[in-house]
Amino acid sequence: MTATSTEGVAPKQITIEVMGKFYQVPEGLTMLQAMWHTGHELTRGVGCLGGICGACSATYRTKDSIKIKSTLACQTLIEDGMSFSLVHTYYPNRKIPYDFKEMEDPKQDLFRYYPEAALCRNCNTCTLACPKGIDVRAAVWKAVFGDFEECAEHFMPCVMCSLCVPVCIADIAPNQVGVFVRRAQGIFFENKSPQLKNRVDEIEKGVYDQEWERVLNLSDAQLLAD
Amino acid sequence: MNVLEISKLKVGETRSSRLDETPPKLSQAEKDALVQQYHPDYIKEAYGTIRVGMNKGEQTVHRVVSLLEGESPLASESIRLEAKQQVDVLIIGGGGAGSMAALAAKASGASVLMTTKLRLGDSNTVMAEGGMQVAVSPEDSPVRHFLDSLRGGQMANDKILLKTLVEEGPSVVKWLIDNGVMFDREEDGNLSLRPGGGSSKARLVRCKDYTGLELMRVLKDCVLNEQIEVLEYMPVLELLTDEAGGCSGAILKNLDTNQHFVVQAKTVIIATGGIGRLHIQGFPTSNHYGATGDGLPLSYRAGAKLTLQDTFQYHPTGAVFPEAMAGILVTEAIRSVGAHLLNVNGDRFIGEMETRDAVASAIIRECAEGRGVETPSGRKGVWLDMPLVDTLNGAGTLEDRFPNMVKQFSRYEIDITKEPVLIYPTLHYQNGGVEVDVDGESGVNNLFVAGEASGGLHGRNRLMGNSLLDIMVYGKRAGEAAAKRATSTEYKSITLQHLDRFHEAQKEAGVIPDTVSPILFPDYVNKS
Ligand SMILES: Cc1cc2nc3c(=O)[nH]c(=O)nc-3n(C[C@H](O)[C@H](O)[C@H](O)COP(=O)(O)OP(=O)(O)OC[C@H]3O[C@@H](n4cnc5c(N)ncnc54)[C@H](O)[C@@H]3O)c2cc1C
Ligand code: FES
Repeated sequence: MTATSTEGVAPKQITIEVMGKFYQVPEGLTMLQAMWHTGHELTRGVGCLGGICGACSATYRTKDSIKIKSTLACQTLIEDGMSFSLVHTYYPNRKIPYDFKEMEDPKQDLFRYYPEAALCRNCNTCTLACPKGIDVRAAVWKAVFGDFEECAEHFMPCVMCSLCVPVCIADIAPNQVGVFVRRAQGIFFENKSPQLKNRVDEIEKGVYDQEWERVLNLSDAQLLAD
Repeated sequence: MNVLEISKLKVGETRSSRLDETPPKLSQAEKDALVQQYHPDYIKEAYGTIRVGMNKGEQTVHRVVSLLEGESPLASESIRLEAKQQVDVLIIGGGGAGSMAALAAKASGASVLMTTKLRLGDSNTVMAEGGMQVAVSPEDSPVRHFLDSLRGGQMANDKILLKTLVEEGPSVVKWLIDNGVMFDREEDGNLSLRPGGGSSKARLVRCKDYTGLELMRVLKDCVLNEQIEVLEYMPVLELLTDEAGGCSGAILKNLDTNQHFVVQAKTVIIATGGIGRLHIQGFPTSNHYGATGDGLPLSYRAGAKLTLQDTFQYHPTGAVFPEAMAGILVTEAIRSVGAHLLNVNGDRFIGEMETRDAVASAIIRECAEGRGVETPSGRKGVWLDMPLVDTLNGAGTLEDRFPNMVKQFSRYEIDITKEPVLIYPTLHYQNGGVEVDVDGESGVNNLFVAGEASGGLHGRNRLMGNSLLDIMVYGKRAGEAAAKRATSTEYKSITLQHLDRFHEAQKEAGVIPDTVSPILFPDYVNKS
């Protein structure tokens, strides 16, 4: 059993170009499956295989197009004449450590850690690069204008693939801004849950101790009936 | 029109007449009979006997037997056992359990090194969709949560582990919220709760269908902010032990340079996750690329005992069509908001919210008895009627609550708001694992195991949403306990004496290993 199992009807063969070499492969495979099919050993460039970890960022060009696009290789079906490569080396991203406990106004602190966020020149390449369809440019502007709620909403599906980072002409790391804003929104601006607090308090006070005492002394048969 | 298309039409035709129909709830006896006849855990031929080590004489699937009896990758190499790095707590695995353990160990004052096979966060954790179980509503209680889990686990759960899980659940959720995890909320600020299979109360908290992504994103950011050292693409090949048989470090391999890297540690936490990529019994899997059960042979050779190593969870609803999506999970939450399961005739055949073992067995039964639908590549499946979710809950519900699922299928031109999808059980979770105590310590001194690699807590069948809670609660507990131990002990010698002992045992039992383990990655590369 392999991820590229193709028993049954013989699928149509198509030609693809992987990192400058041409291969004949059956259609219906994702880019990663096509790489395995053509004998590529992969360690870097594969993670979840479900489109959610961002390890498999890739660039590609379709037949007769001049445009180079970016995508997630585990989620993209190959097509005839497609040329692609994984961007699986490594992004030398910068990560600035911060501690929310030391912050009072994260909407201002954003500029302490990510001053370049305010310098967006609206080129929109980040949005075009995003394989999850996030309106990255709009989200960054929301962050800059202090609308953390909206920004957080935009970045919900962000898989941190970093494809938006090297394309930014203002040197913004939009995905990092997204994480900062989402966490800040969660910590500072979301409502508290009264039920959760109650339950934590109840458990601490031992409200369930008696019930535990009873339940833990039951036999399996009694437990099933309980 | 082919059989598949005709059958799909039937699903559309029967939709309105099925609305008020409820399949009868299975009695315990009916459920047992169904599971024993069809669940893969009961296929005798798939099982073999373990011949060496702490579980000698016990059963598990052939693939796991051969991993446990496997040869160490170091057997053919000479290694200089000279520590390149020393650390209080070495954490193996960069998923949820590993990250939580790293944070807890650091917060407890220990020095921490984390090493992982892929990148930090590339894991099963990041893939979780449905949510996390926690008993917070006033109608619910930790005791209810305990009882439901025990029943779901076929009463085989370690009761102390389970009690600790449900009791510490609410406070660990509070910790997550305090660190910025944005769970879905109700208008009044309370956590939005949904029912999960096998649960008597709604207790599933989630972040749309991105729960794992959200948790992992926050945990990863916390690990980076704490400046915990993380080695990526550095899987562990073998543990190290001291003269007394306790764990004292590990040998890592740098996948970029193929060089070994020896770490001496006072305590070691294995958080290497599950086994989906072993494709047990030929099943497709929902798991990430690194889910090759590495923690099992590593700890087993070091002398740890496993528990419930013979039971696996086959999630009822893995995609089978298109072929490129085979194995990909369709979250159970879709059924909890009303999607029906239908056979080739468009008939329901099981209560969708029965426990996973029962639902998976029923799907396998339908396909085995000729009521399944065949895909163009020869797989079999049954329908999951997604559009019903919008019919029942209002248009836009799928788009709003399951945006990731809508997007995933739309890449293959399947609009789940309009058409049903074909599914079949997918290998999803390792129910058992390394036996641990309530601090996550295994039978080997100073070797802790947390998360999916450990076993006992979930019995023979984990309830939906209990695993995310498990990795949070026990990642934290293991991290704290390992740090406490480490900060009050000295470094011990680093040897491979456990391997010598294991080789002796192999010889004695006449075992000739047929695999090198851990295997690290599945073998998908076409060699022809
Ligand atoms: C698609 C999917 C959906 C799920 N949905 C839910 C849900 O809704 N609710 C729920 O409760 N549970 C769910 N689960 C289960 C749950 O996500 C996992 O059981 C849990 O996250 C496991 O966490 P972990 O930290 O133990 O392992 P993982 O998160 O898998 O992390 C293991 C880590 O160890 C690394 N590793 C492996 N081998 C080695 C080695 N030799 N050396 C070094 N590192 C190694 C891996 O690369 C990985 O980083 C789901 C699982 C999947 C696959
Ligand atoms: S492998 Fe995780 S997104 Fe493709």
